Amino acid sequence: MKTPTRRAFLRGAAVAGAALSGGRAMAQSADPAITELRPWMQQLGEGVDARPYGHPSQYEAHVVRRNVPWLTADPVSSVNFTPLHELDGIITPNGLCFERHHAGIAEVDPAEHRLMINGLVERPLVFTMADLMRFPRVNRVHFLECAANSGMEWAGAQLNGCQYTHGMIHNVMYTGVPLRLLLEEAGVKAAGTWLLAEGADAAAMTRSIPMEKALDDCLVAWKMNGEALRPEQGYPVRLVVPGWEGNMWVKWLRRLEVGDQPWEQREETSKYTDLLDNGRARKFTWEMDAKSVITSPSPQAPITHGKGPLVITGVAWSGRGTIPRVDVTTDGGMTWHQARMSGPSMDKSMHRFYLEIDWDGAPMLLQSRAMDSTGYVQPTKDMLRKVRGENSIYHNNGIQTWAVNANGEAENVEIS
Amino acid sequence: SRDGGFGLGRAALPEEVAAWDIDVRPDGQGLPRGSGDVATGEEIWVETCAMCHGDFGEAVGRWPQIAGGWDTLNRKDPVKTVGSYWPYLSTVIDYVHRAMPFGNAQSLEPDQVYALTAYILYLNNVVDEDFVLSDQTFAEVKMPNADGFFMDDRPETELKEWTYEPCMENCKEAPAEIVMRAAVLDVTPGTDEAAGEGQR
Repeated sequence: MKTPTRRAFLRGAAVAGAALSGGRAMAQSADPAITELRPWMQQLGEGVDARPYGHPSQYEAHVVRRNVPWLTADPVSSVNFTPLHELDGIITPNGLCFERHHAGIAEVDPAEHRLMINGLVERPLVFTMADLMRFPRVNRVHFLECAANSGMEWAGAQLNGCQYTHGMIHNVMYTGVPLRLLLEEAGVKAAGTWLLAEGADAAAMTRSIPMEKALDDCLVAWKMNGEALRPEQGYPVRLVVPGWEGNMWVKWLRRLEVGDQPWEQREETSKYTDLLDNGRARKFTWEMDAKSVITSPSPQAPITHGKGPLVITGVAWSGRGTIPRVDVTTDGGMTWHQARMSGPSMDKSMHRFYLEIDWDGAPMLLQSRAMDSTGYVQPTKDMLRKVRGENSIYHNNGIQTWAVNANGEAENVEIS
Repeated sequence: SRDGGFGLGRAALPEEVAAWDIDVRPDGQGLPRGSGDVATGEEIWVETCAMCHGDFGEAVGRWPQIAGGWDTLNRKDPVKTVGSYWPYLSTVIDYVHRAMPFGNAQSLEPDQVYALTAYILYLNNVVDEDFVLSDQTFAEVKMPNADGFFMDDRPETELKEWTYEPCMENCKEAPAEIVMRAAVLDVTPGTDEAAGEGQR
């Protein structure tokens, strides 16, 4: 069967919507979708044995991760993007969670995977996966945002779609053991103030984490959204570092070393340091600050239904707490409206917001502005640039603007 | 069960720790025994590194540039290399040993790592051509941008400043105007179609 394209779907919706503008319309002729039998009304569908592991409807084939080939030298040490514009709620489906690898996807046999704890501990230990699963478990929902999310936008509007400007993020429920329990099992010595986490892939990713954070809310997780981690997310086990930049969430976690000072590894010196205008750089910028984006309407999700009721929606998150409030403007920041938060509100997790308006068909300049539970207000990009310049690559949490024209098409812009 | 724990896991053997724990700190902790000179490093570089990073660390295509870029950090387009940006020599030794060459990681012996690192330092004008890098001479090398970094200062420079009750009405002196458009740049994948029609 030929799969209708998303464009065909949108065109159909636009035609249907045109009749609606100006009030509730009467159909000119009977709708064949009602008056004519469809195949699914007569024929039998597939049985329960046809889809042992289900996939989305064929009509959702456009909802996929995408990459930007020119961003990196090759696709192995690279990144792709979550299709935020097609999602709702706060949970990212496992198959759509963006990927960031430094040496490709390691295909690790869990039977051969080991987790070692060494360094300034009373008892250097080795765990198998079976050992880890005998520790007490917790479940927590957290966002993982790449430090470089929106990084291509520092010098101005560049990529046209929130998938590309904000899609280096996902939000899932993790099941795992508190890192604290594993460290207590090994017995951290008094001098042990830093922890090095290391991955089992060919990049052997390493990051230094202060012991205070490690003992606070970090997890060693093996499940996401109820099922085993996907290989591209670190199967069989990864580190979860709530609220902190995604690079620290070491995948395929194989070793934890306790020390008395940071290791200053490549991923915390050459990378994940934030160069300022004066030529000096911040290091250890761990927290991801409060941020939000309108996911619809947006460049990949234009308004196709004409004037009238319009749902503006998006997501907000903060590495420093929850998001009690998001404000939305339709006029580029002259007037703001408090959006409606919907669904669960959890610490260091995504939050969903909605603003329902009656669109009169006039062009709009849409923005969202998150406030987190510490009272911090998401800054504009210009406020960020004033402090940091344009070369810091990471930690761009500036307010995003979509220009919506009279046709309902949206574009990534910067405004005065 | 073990004191303070669940009695899970087993003791890590010294040879197991040695096999995985290859990290090196700025103070030299973790340095492998060994040495290598610039000339030897050049031979290995040409053989195993230059096809991506260039004969002189200048980089091929989009692969990382290793040398050059001195005094560009406060310019519009900074060039961040080992010589212009990296604060610690330990990181070069550690990372080359741990993760390079790309696609054949952990194939280099400590002496080769020292030699390659010596050559990288030479390309960056940090050492002379007769320099021999080893666990003994490691401490003699001072990286040009060693003082270029400072701890995250957002709590002082940003967080307090941006914690306030935000404006809700009449927030701008003049209506906002568009000053830059992504569609003009046209670098988004799949944007051969009209903007806003949805990307495939």
